[in-house]
Amino acid sequence: MFKPKKIRLLDEPAVVKAALQALPQPSRRLFLQRGLTLGGLSLLTGCTLSDEGSVEQALMRVSQFNDKVQAWLFDPNKLAPAYPESTITRPFPFNAYYGIGDVPEIDGSSYQLELSGMIADRRPWTLAQLHQLPQTSQVTRHICVEGWSAIGKWGGVPFATFLKRIGADLSAKYVGFKCADDYYTSIDMPTALHAQTQLTLTYDGQTLPAQYGYPMKLRIPTKLGYKNPKHIQAIYVTNVYPSGYWEDQGYNWFGGS
Amino acid sequence: MSRADIVHPLWLRMTHWLNALAVVLMVMSGWKIYNASPIFAFRFPDDITLGGWLGGALLWHFFAMWLLVGNGIIYLATNLATGRLRRKFFPISPRAVLADVLAAVKGRLAHTDLRQYNQPQKLAYLFIVVDVALLVLSGLVIWKSVQFPLLRELMGGYDNARIVHFSAMSALVAVVTVHLVMVALIPRTLLLMIRGR
Repeated sequence: MFKPKKIRLLDEPAVVKAALQALPQPSRRLFLQRGLTLGGLSLLTGCTLSDEGSVEQALMRVSQFNDKVQAWLFDPNKLAPAYPESTITRPFPFNAYYGIGDVPEIDGSSYQLELSGMIADRRPWTLAQLHQLPQTSQVTRHICVEGWSAIGKWGGVPFATFLKRIGADLSAKYVGFKCADDYYTSIDMPTALHAQTQLTLTYDGQTLPAQYGYPMKLRIPTKLGYKNPKHIQAIYVTNVYPSGYWEDQGYNWFGGS
Repeated sequence: MSRADIVHPLWLRMTHWLNALAVVLMVMSGWKIYNASPIFAFRFPDDITLGGWLGGALLWHFFAMWLLVGNGIIYLATNLATGRLRRKFFPISPRAVLADVLAAVKGRLAHTDLRQYNQPQKLAYLFIVVDVALLVLSGLVIWKSVQFPLLRELMGGYDNARIVHFSAMSALVAVVTVHLVMVALIPRTLLLMIRGR
């Protein structure tokens, strides 16, 4: 039996506007100057592009078109490969937009996960409460947008279980995350409900170490590393495009396989 | 000038030049993407890359892929529909390729009728078609490794797909380099690809 696949469309003009506005000045300048001058290509042809802003906008529009294509390609029943524990990458690499010395220190005993947006029960959650939910674990490959990859073992609560438990509106378009390290990102609802998408509390059987996102990260084996937020403080459900830290600088929003 | 003088029909010239543009954009942005996490112990010089930084290079790469794939499909479909593929590229045999290569090395390969491809030329152009198809398929595995499990396993997994993608790119750049040297040696072919006759 075929069930018609729901294709979630993005509000394109709003996405472009949000992305361009949210682009902080230094990175926006980087994007314009270093970013899209066509480098050697302009040397080859001997001409420069007169309006780099429109090139930037055209590329962003194709990127949003690619978001739609990817949402259409995404099959919620397809699983990322799982690996034997013997293949785990040790040590698992640390990766963030800052150095390892700047990893936030969070007091787990006073930690509270905040909820907002299209959620029926928005009461905050303590770590102890999260540990009481049914736990699963997975050995999957983390793929970085840069191209390297590493296999790790993550344990925690299936995110779909959590979303249903808090009464999130599962027909909403987006789930957004705000993190203690000032990182922020957002994902599409079909990916949020994917069987392998996990509210991660442990790494390799131990409490999630600070460098991997203590007290909690979202592990999404179907998405690139930058779509896996660490040190999550707040989760919200919305229909308004919420963007993300790297996404605002030009990385593709869907960012997954 | 009659129609019979046309060696390369307009559709062929257009798909050729669009393909050239797509390949240049894909290769230059691809080198920048490679530089973010090199597979081998070298990086491509920044001056010959496109995009300025990883995010910019990815935008270009995922823009040009539509051009490469769309144009490639039109090229293949028209070649098949008009019977050009069969006329121009076949028959081809390893023995004949070798004979032509030997003749070329000895400086005895006649290339007077530009309507007809010699055997190494047929092989090179067919190779480009197959190689670009391999680039697209290995690229699909890198981009959507969860959605194409069979393709991923055929490529030997995600990490190996990167090596396949890189090797296919290297082979393409090598063949295109030889192609450009040949064009420089026989400049009339360039005119032919611009004007058609």
